[in-house]
Amino acid sequence: MDKRKNRLRESTDAGAGAEMRQADRVYGAQAGGADGLQAGYADALEAEAIGEAETWKEQLKKLARQNKLAVFSAVLIGVILLIAVFAPVTAPYDPYAQDLVNRLAAPSAQHWLGTDDLGRDMASRIIYGARISMAIGLLPTMISMVIGTILGLIAGYYGGKVDFVIMRLADVMLAFPSLLLAMVIMYTMGGGLVNIFIALSLVNWAGTARIVRSQTLSLKEAEYVEAARSIGVKGRTILLRHILPNCLPSLIVLFTLNIPSAILSEASLSFLGVGAQPPSASWGLAVVRGKKYLFTEPWLSIAPCAAIMIVVLAFNFLGDGLRDVLDPYLKEQ
Amino acid sequence: MIKHIVKRILIAIPVLICVILVIFVMLRILPGNPAETMAGEHVSQAVIDKISREMGLDEPLYIQFFKYLANAVRGDFGTSYRLNRNVTGIILEAFPNTVKLSICAAVIAWVIGITAGLVAAINQNRILDRLFMGVSLAGVSMPVFMIALVLQYLFAFQFKIFPVSGYDSLACMVLPAISLGWNSAGSIARMTRSNLVEVMQGDYIRTARAKGLRESGVIIGHALKNAMLPVVTMMALQISSMLSGAVLTESVFGIPGIGRLAVNAIETRDMPLLQGTVIFTTILVIIGNLVADILYSVLDPRIREVA
Repeated sequence: MDKRKNRLRESTDAGAGAEMRQADRVYGAQAGGADGLQAGYADALEAEAIGEAETWKEQLKKLARQNKLAVFSAVLIGVILLIAVFAPVTAPYDPYAQDLVNRLAAPSAQHWLGTDDLGRDMASRIIYGARISMAIGLLPTMISMVIGTILGLIAGYYGGKVDFVIMRLADVMLAFPSLLLAMVIMYTMGGGLVNIFIALSLVNWAGTARIVRSQTLSLKEAEYVEAARSIGVKGRTILLRHILPNCLPSLIVLFTLNIPSAILSEASLSFLGVGAQPPSASWGLAVVRGKKYLFTEPWLSIAPCAAIMIVVLAFNFLGDGLRDVLDPYLKEQ
Repeated sequence: MIKHIVKRILIAIPVLICVILVIFVMLRILPGNPAETMAGEHVSQAVIDKISREMGLDEPLYIQFFKYLANAVRGDFGTSYRLNRNVTGIILEAFPNTVKLSICAAVIAWVIGITAGLVAAINQNRILDRLFMGVSLAGVSMPVFMIALVLQYLFAFQFKIFPVSGYDSLACMVLPAISLGWNSAGSIARMTRSNLVEVMQGDYIRTARAKGLRESGVIIGHALKNAMLPVVTMMALQISSMLSGAVLTESVFGIPGIGRLAVNAIETRDMPLLQGTVIFTTILVIIGNLVADILYSVLDPRIREVA
């Protein structure tokens, strides 16, 4: 799907590009003073910025009007983030404190979600687990997207050999089943949260690179980019000031939709025993620990599962809503 | 057409070699000597050196790589440290179980996904549509092991319809296959719906309706065929996420497939086995993508023209 669109886009881009270059030559010949152009160009930039601010506000209003579910999800994510950040205050117990007399207690007023096989309060562990999941969702996703964006911009703008090498590398990364690749990295570096951060940052950049590249390809033929280039603005400046801001809507949507997959990856790695290590409060680890008691104390494994699902679902709803208003191009790829 | 296929295959080959290279290098930057791991504790340096030499670990990395590559092309992925057997043999033993599981899961994903997508598209923006799309997004959002555990609890423990684990009968496969297919079913449903909705706006649909075709005839005879195109490719592209999911499903239900093998290899620190399973799985994914790509250009002539 994605490939087909890209291919179609590229071919039309090539045609548009030729036309633009011709136009460029004509304008170049006509342009008298570079200074005058520069001033006009700054005006245009400013106008563009104002226009963008308005549409952003409008788009968010549209989102609030159209998609109540997305707004609810955003609020929910905010609440979960707050609970996670202030875990020492919000959690009723110390998540690591063992109480062997009260092990495997059923949910009650004292322990909302019961206690695990070491007598640790499950509700507190899930609250602390939210810290891990949120951190995993946000940080490695951000790092991998920064890597992907930089590589995508470079590949799309400069083209040629650089483009070829970067995109083939992306092909290679995308060929791996992501969980298995992350498992290999975890095997090499050993378990633990920091290593999950590194593994997930390294694994997931390729998808972003592809999308940013294809957008850069079409944006670099836009008139304002041609204008900037014709008055001698440097490539790096064009990329950062003119192309990147126009990729931002897609990137925001992509970011929101990549967070849940990072959270799921961490949970899966921890579930398999190659991610977070005990006594970490990771949700995936809690599931695998509770799995032993599935038929007697099902809440021990189902509660952390439900926590994962709620967070992932909220991000998916929000991402879906954002995509509908910000970026129709990404729709259902 | 043939030119297009050949081009695709030629692009896939360097990707394949790079995949092997990436995994090879990743596993070699690991601290600790594999020969030491294999020899176990309390062994003299002489024994370790001997094992090193036998395994070719004393040679420079690039020579090791080319040897590995040459052997891999001939289908030899080395010898497992722990099981002392040919990795290819171990993989081929486990592979049928994963295939069985994946095929069952794919069938379930197709049937549920397409039906749900179709129903949702016909009832566009009505309650049924909202409900189905909500459920499918929930399906996509559930971790594979969650579905597996919930199914185990309900259908193996509470109602005792299916066995808790095992892999030798069809009944044993039902729960694992649903767990694995559930995520894909969700994304297939969403894609079927959105494609169908888009296709239904086409002129030829209006023509079909105008000539007096019944709505079911319009959808099945005209719309569905075109709407299914991207779904077909997506299904092939999902081989990758299916194989990732199989690791988890096999782990929950105790199915001795490829995924279980990879997890075991990590637990026992069996580097050649891990290397072999990951490379083997990735080759499958690459072949899957290649087939999808070719299939797409067979089904959709527009792609051929552009390419």
